[in-house]
Amino acid sequence: MKAEIHDDMQSARPTDVDGAPQERMPIVIAGHVDHGKSTIIGRLLADTGSLPQGKLEQVRASCERNARPFEYAFLLDALKDEQSQGITIDSARVFFKSDRRHYIIIDAPGHIEFLKNMVTGAARAEAGLLVIDAQEGVQENSRRHGYMMSMLGIRQIAVLVNKMDLVAFDRRVFDDIVTEYSAFLQQIDIRPTYFVPVSGREGDNIAHAGSRMPWYEGSSVLQALDAFQAPHLPVGGAFRMAVQGVYKFTQHGDDRRIVAGTVQSGTVNVGDEVVFYPSGKKSHVQSVEAFSRPSQHQAMAGQATGFTLSEQIFVSRGEVVALASEPHPKVTSLIRTNLFWLGKDPLVKNRDYTLKLGTARVHMRLDQVHRVIDASDLSAHADAQHLNRHDVADCTLKLKRAIAFDLAEDIAATSRFVVVDGYEIRGGGIIREALQDQQAWVREKVLLRNYKWEPSIIAPEHRAEKYNQRSTLLLITGAQEADRKTVAKGLEARLFDDGRVVYFLGIGNVLYGVDADIERTFENRKEHLRRLGEIANLMLDAGVILVVTAAELTQEELQLIRTSVGSNRIEVVWVGENVTTDLAYDVLLSEHESIEEQVFRLKDHLQEAGIIYRPW
Amino acid sequence: MDHLDQLENTSVHILREAYANFKHLGMLWSIGKDSTVLLWLARKAFFGHVPFPLIHIDTSFKIPEMIEYRDRLVAEWHLNLIYGQNQVALDEKRTFPDGAVDRLTCCGLLKTEALKNTLSGAWPRYRFNHVKKTYELDTNTEPFTGVIVGARADEEGSRSKERYFSARTDQNEWEIADQPPEFWNQYKTEFAPGTHVRVHPLLDWTELNIWEYIEREQIPTVSLYYDQGEGTRYRSLGCWPCTHPVESSASNVGEIIVELRTGKFANIAERSGRAQDKDDGGGLESLRRDGYM
Repeated sequence: MKAEIHDDMQSARPTDVDGAPQERMPIVIAGHVDHGKSTIIGRLLADTGSLPQGKLEQVRASCERNARPFEYAFLLDALKDEQSQGITIDSARVFFKSDRRHYIIIDAPGHIEFLKNMVTGAARAEAGLLVIDAQEGVQENSRRHGYMMSMLGIRQIAVLVNKMDLVAFDRRVFDDIVTEYSAFLQQIDIRPTYFVPVSGREGDNIAHAGSRMPWYEGSSVLQALDAFQAPHLPVGGAFRMAVQGVYKFTQHGDDRRIVAGTVQSGTVNVGDEVVFYPSGKKSHVQSVEAFSRPSQHQAMAGQATGFTLSEQIFVSRGEVVALASEPHPKVTSLIRTNLFWLGKDPLVKNRDYTLKLGTARVHMRLDQVHRVIDASDLSAHADAQHLNRHDVADCTLKLKRAIAFDLAEDIAATSRFVVVDGYEIRGGGIIREALQDQQAWVREKVLLRNYKWEPSIIAPEHRAEKYNQRSTLLLITGAQEADRKTVAKGLEARLFDDGRVVYFLGIGNVLYGVDADIERTFENRKEHLRRLGEIANLMLDAGVILVVTAAELTQEELQLIRTSVGSNRIEVVWVGENVTTDLAYDVLLSEHESIEEQVFRLKDHLQEAGIIYRPW
Repeated sequence: MDHLDQLENTSVHILREAYANFKHLGMLWSIGKDSTVLLWLARKAFFGHVPFPLIHIDTSFKIPEMIEYRDRLVAEWHLNLIYGQNQVALDEKRTFPDGAVDRLTCCGLLKTEALKNTLSGAWPRYRFNHVKKTYELDTNTEPFTGVIVGARADEEGSRSKERYFSARTDQNEWEIADQPPEFWNQYKTEFAPGTHVRVHPLLDWTELNIWEYIEREQIPTVSLYYDQGEGTRYRSLGCWPCTHPVESSASNVGEIIVELRTGKFANIAERSGRAQDKDDGGGLESLRRDGYM
C-alpha cells in the first residue's frame, strides 16, 4: 500500500505499473471539532508505511525538541506547510492507495470555514467517514455533518468511534454511541455501512485490527473503505437532461441546430419522442452529435452530449428534456424543500434570491419555514421566520416562474438546487414536494397545447433571423387613469417605420371577439388573461413583436400570462409614477416624459435587451 | 465509461456552463499541452467550433516553434485568436534575459501584468484576421468577465485549492481564504461589476491524463515535447530563458506515457524544469494570488 499527501510532486500521483485504468474514489471525512479527523488521516498515511521517507521521524524529532508530545495530526500540518508554502487556510487533498483502489480525501479538515469546504468536498465524494469522539459522544456537528452528507447524496458512510483508548476500549461506550447515532441516522434515512471503534492515536482498527478490542470482529477503516462500491451511473432511470444551450454555429456551412447538455439520468436514442419541460413542447431526436468521435445512436447518464431534433421547436437553456414514454418531471413554482444555509447573513422572507437547479435559474423568495431542524437533536423549532448560518430547515420556496424538477426520492440529481444571495452560492437543498401554485390550472392546458402543437418547418431562429428581431410580448400597463394606448401605438408606428414586424393589440379587441362567450366580470378576468396569453403565444410563434395594453396588471396576473407565453419573451412596462399593484416591471415610464421620449426609451430598452438590433 | 471519458464529460459540462453564463468569455491558450487539450475539449463541447476568442500572452521569449504551431492551428481550425504583451517593459528591456530584473519580476511584468491588462482591455490586443492572414489591432476593448484557464490541481500546491469557477477581484487577486462552496455542478456565475471569474475545466486532470487524452484523441502538439534524437525534450513549455529541456529519449506520445507511468519521471514534478518556481519559496503561490494563470 502506498499513501502520500498530495503535493506538486508527480510522486503523489498513484499510478499502476500495469497501466490499467485506475479506480479512484473521492472520499470526505467529517465530524465534530477535536474528535480526531486529522489524527485519523495522519494515522492512515503513517500506518500504510508510505509517508515520504523520514517524514515521521522528522516530525517526532521536532516534537521532542519543542518538548511537545507527538501527535499524528502534526503529520498533516507538516506535509501541508511544506508543499503549499505556508498557506494552509484552504485545504489540499490527500492521496493514498490500498490494494483495491486509489483514494482521494478531498478538502481535508482543519480550517475555519470547514463547512463550506466540507460541502464542496462532500458533493464530489462517493463515500464518507464520520468521526465521533468516544469520550464526548454524539455532538452537534456529528449530527449536522451526518445530515448534510445525507442531503448531499452520500449513501456510503462509515462511522468511526475514535479515541477508544481514552475509554479503556470499553465495548459498552461503543455500543451506546452506535445505538444513539443509528437512531439519529435512521431518521434522516442513512444506514451506515460500518461502525468502527478506533484509536487514531494508538492505531487500532485504522489500517490494522490491533489486539485491544477482541470484542470487535468487524472491518478496519481501510477494509471498510475497500468494501465501498463505485457508484453506478443512473442509466436505467427515466431520461433527464438539463438543456445547457441550443447551439447553431453557422460558420463554414454548419447548419446543425443542436440541443446540448449532460445526461443526468437514463438513456435517449435516435428516434425517441422527447418532451421539454416546463414548456411541454415535443419533438423527436434526429441524430446524436459529437465532435471527432464515431457517430452514435444513443446518449446515456453521465455523458455530455447533444442532439438535433426532427421538428424545429423553440426551446432554450433551463428546460429539462424527458422522454414522452417515461414518467415526466414535476413543473411548478411552489416547492417544499430541505435546505441548508451557509451564508453569514440569514435567509429571510421578503427578499429576492436566485435559485439554480440544473441549468434553470430563477428568482425566489422564502415563503414559509415549517421547521428549523436543530441538528443537535433533530427536534424542530416550529415558528422560525428565517434561517441562520449552518441551519438546516424544512421550508417552502416560492419561485418567480415554474421550473421542471424531480423529487429527491425519485431522481436525486434533478431535485438538487443551490440558492444564490448577491453574487455567491449561500445554500443548497433538495426538493421533497411539488406544491400546487396559482397557475396550475393554466399550466395544465399549456402543457397539453404544447404537446399537441404542430410545428412549422421554419425554425424559430430562422424566423428571427429573417425578421431581424426576437419575437416578444411587450405588456404596457399602469394605473386605471394612465394613458397606455398612446405610447403603445406610438411605439408600434415607430418600429413599423423601422421595418420591424410589430402589432398593437388593445385588450378591447379581444374582449368582444375571442372572449365573446364569457362575461366581462372580475371573476372572469383570469380567463380573459389566459386567452390573451394564448393569442400572444400564437403571435410570438409567428415571429411578431406584440404590444399589448391592459390596466393594473398584478404580479399574479403576469405569472398567468407568463405560464402561457414563456417568461423570457415578455417585457413589462408600467406607465406613470403611480404604481398601484405589486407588479415587478422592467421599465417605468414617467408621465412627465413626452410620448416621443417614452417611445424612444422603450425602443432603447428593446435594443438593450437584444430584442431588436442596435446598429452601433 | 473510462476515466478519460469521465474527465472529458465534466470538462465539457463546465465549458458549456461558462459559455452560457459569461457574455465576455475568453480562453487562455499558452500553446502548451494542457491548454491545447482544453482547446480540443472546447471543440468537443461546441461540436467542432470554438465560439469565443483564445487569448495568448506573448512574452516575446517563447520558443519560436510555439508561435509557428499557434499560427498554423489558428488558420486550420478557424480560431479567433487575440494576443497581448507588455510592450513597454519589452521596449525598455526590463526583462530577465536583458539582465535588468530577476526571473520572478520578469514573469510579473511579461505574464501577470500583460495578462491583467490584456484581459481588461487597457493595453492593445491584436486579433488574427483570417482574410488577410495577419494580426491587426483589435478595436474591441471590452474587458473579459469570464476567463477559461487550463490549470490542473496536481501541478502545484496552490492550484489544488482552486474551485472550478473561481472569482478574481478587480485587482485580479484571488481570495483563497474565503471561497464560496461549489457543489452539484453549480458554479459561481454571478459576479460583481469589475471582477471576473476564472474557469478551470482541467482541475481534476493529471499530467498523465493529459498525455493519455492526447494519445486517444490524436491531438496535434508542439514538436518540442518530443526527443528529436538528441536525448532531450521539453516536459513543460514556457519562455526559452527559463524553461529547460529534460533528458529523455521519449520521441512520441506513447513513450511519454510510459515514462510518466513507470519511467524516470514517475517521481519527479512536471514543473521541475521551470526556474522561476525556485527563485523564492512562495514563487507560484504569490504569482497566482496576483493573477498569474
